[in-house]
Amino acid sequence: MIHEFKKVLKTYAIGMLWLLGLLWPLMGIHPDGTLTFVNAFKVWLGILGVTFCGLLLYVANKSGSLNVITRPLLDTREKINIASSKVPFWVWWLIVLAVALAFPNFTTRYAQDIAIQVLIYICLGLGLNIVIGLAGMLDLGYIAFYGVGAYTYALLSVNYGISFWMSLPIAATTAAIAGCIIGYPTLRMRGDYLAIVTLGFGEIVRLILNNWMTLTNGPNGILGIKAPAIYLPIFEGGLSFEYFYLKKLYYLYYVALALAIFTIIAVHRLIYSRIGRAWESIREDETAAELMGVNTFLLKLLAYAMGAVFAGLAGAFFAARMRFVSPESFTFLESAMVLCMVVLGGMGSIPGIILGVGALIILPEIFREFELYRMLAVGLAMVVMMVFKPAGLIPAKRVGTRSEEKEG
Amino acid sequence: MADPILELRDVYSSYGNIKALKGVSLKVFPGEIVAIIGANGAGKSTTLMAISGIVPVDKGDILYQGSSIVGKSAEKLPAMGLCQVPEGRRIFPRLSVAENLELGAFHRKERAEIEQDMERVFSLFPALAERRKQQGGTLSGGEQQMLAIARALMTRPKLLLMDEPSLGLAPLFVQKIFDIIHDVNEREGMTILLVEQNANLALQAAQRGYVLETGTVTMEDNADTLLHNPEIRKAYLGETA
Repeated sequence: MIHEFKKVLKTYAIGMLWLLGLLWPLMGIHPDGTLTFVNAFKVWLGILGVTFCGLLLYVANKSGSLNVITRPLLDTREKINIASSKVPFWVWWLIVLAVALAFPNFTTRYAQDIAIQVLIYICLGLGLNIVIGLAGMLDLGYIAFYGVGAYTYALLSVNYGISFWMSLPIAATTAAIAGCIIGYPTLRMRGDYLAIVTLGFGEIVRLILNNWMTLTNGPNGILGIKAPAIYLPIFEGGLSFEYFYLKKLYYLYYVALALAIFTIIAVHRLIYSRIGRAWESIREDETAAELMGVNTFLLKLLAYAMGAVFAGLAGAFFAARMRFVSPESFTFLESAMVLCMVVLGGMGSIPGIILGVGALIILPEIFREFELYRMLAVGLAMVVMMVFKPAGLIPAKRVGTRSEEKEG
Repeated sequence: MADPILELRDVYSSYGNIKALKGVSLKVFPGEIVAIIGANGAGKSTTLMAISGIVPVDKGDILYQGSSIVGKSAEKLPAMGLCQVPEGRRIFPRLSVAENLELGAFHRKERAEIEQDMERVFSLFPALAERRKQQGGTLSGGEQQMLAIARALMTRPKLLLMDEPSLGLAPLFVQKIFDIIHDVNEREGMTILLVEQNANLALQAAQRGYVLETGTVTMEDNADTLLHNPEIRKAYLGETA
């Protein structure tokens, strides 16, 4: 045990010193120019204490001293795993669906609001997953399509009074067209260059929304967007229908849920289709894909368009939910957040991305009590997750063991 | 002799300012194995990439089954029966062996025939059948080369272009790969254009050979004659005369 401890002690000591070096300027330099040391040192000591205990436990576990405790735990976990693997996959989905359906009935308005946000970002994350996870094109301007979808519905609703449901396919179409327009000139580029160009296009879209005063009302945004409405059957004195606006969060939640479920099913079908496989081959090796007869040009364009469709749907819903849109909702930070969700959750994996979205939206809410250090804590949590789960929280299922080297 | 299945007429090609091919002419007849040998940077791989439409042709013409394929986009060729096994294998590492093979049949639609072809390919490469569900990238080098060849065979090629199939493989595997090349040529009459650094092996397998030097064909003859040509032996077979 002591031997193992020695092995990690040096790295640990260097790490803690480095942390102290970081913490002191963060907490010790005050805006009025004074410098303090005590505060940072106290926090550091706290962290040192906790991590040292953690380290001791880790080393003890590694050397097998904790077998008494871990053995039965592992056994039960194994049993749970075996038991759960007997339950077919769709049962898990059914349970999740049941919880999702019942969710707004026993939660507050605040929780519903966050849940709606999660559902919107699930659409965005899964859409971006087509572009990044499947076709392997790093897109840093993805949020532009979300903006196009949102403004499409906003303008249709305010200027022409077209209903939300009618506008959904129109928003998806305009987003797809925007995807093709942006995709077409960028298709020749690969990797880093593509990322920069898409970043530029994303900003262009935002700047157009910001400056085209006559159409978008510029930075003031568009007000007075109608909420989604349904015809509600009324049975008093014969059957009649009432035009009913879904203004309450409670109802909007179900609209968002329906959109998210549609997106999940559609993306699932895409992943396991011929087209999905072709996208993956482009991600793996574009030249080889071309040599095998995959029309890389068309398929990359299609990946852009399909990704944009889901962002457009999410955007239209976003506009209907806020009943207000302005360009500041579609900044680069949003693109970066969606990208983080996809990478954190696990590229190419639907449950992974759902979890990643949940983590990145719920974490900042949980850390609200840290106030000033909230975003620091979120950042730290992301770093920790990426260090321990580099392939994502739930990596896409592609398992393989290395075959023995039989050559030679 | 019959009409050539593939003919290059004075083909020029370049990467930016670097001229890689300076007038390559060659003919491949149906049912043949033709080898292109030459030193590093002689333009062997570029020749194949130009045929496959990946590298643009500046001048000259490439005829496949009598009609020009210059300027045709690369992805149309497999459906016409022209497929390449690229240098360095270039399989899809994170897709399974079966998925790799299915991509070879991407341009085809009939499920039953694809299944049938897959079984045939697996009987040619039993090692791949065992690893059907494994990720391509986890295979050993030799198995990856087999997968690359198998994937190309899934396109049902009439003419197969092979770029350095022996690259980085153990001698035992090299022999195996060449046995298979021989096999598909003999049994199915598949025409093969082979690019190789290993001139000895390539010329033994081929019926005819071309020697490429700095972007032009400097010699063309029967493989056997080339194999016994003292100059070739000195330049490419490492013999000190």
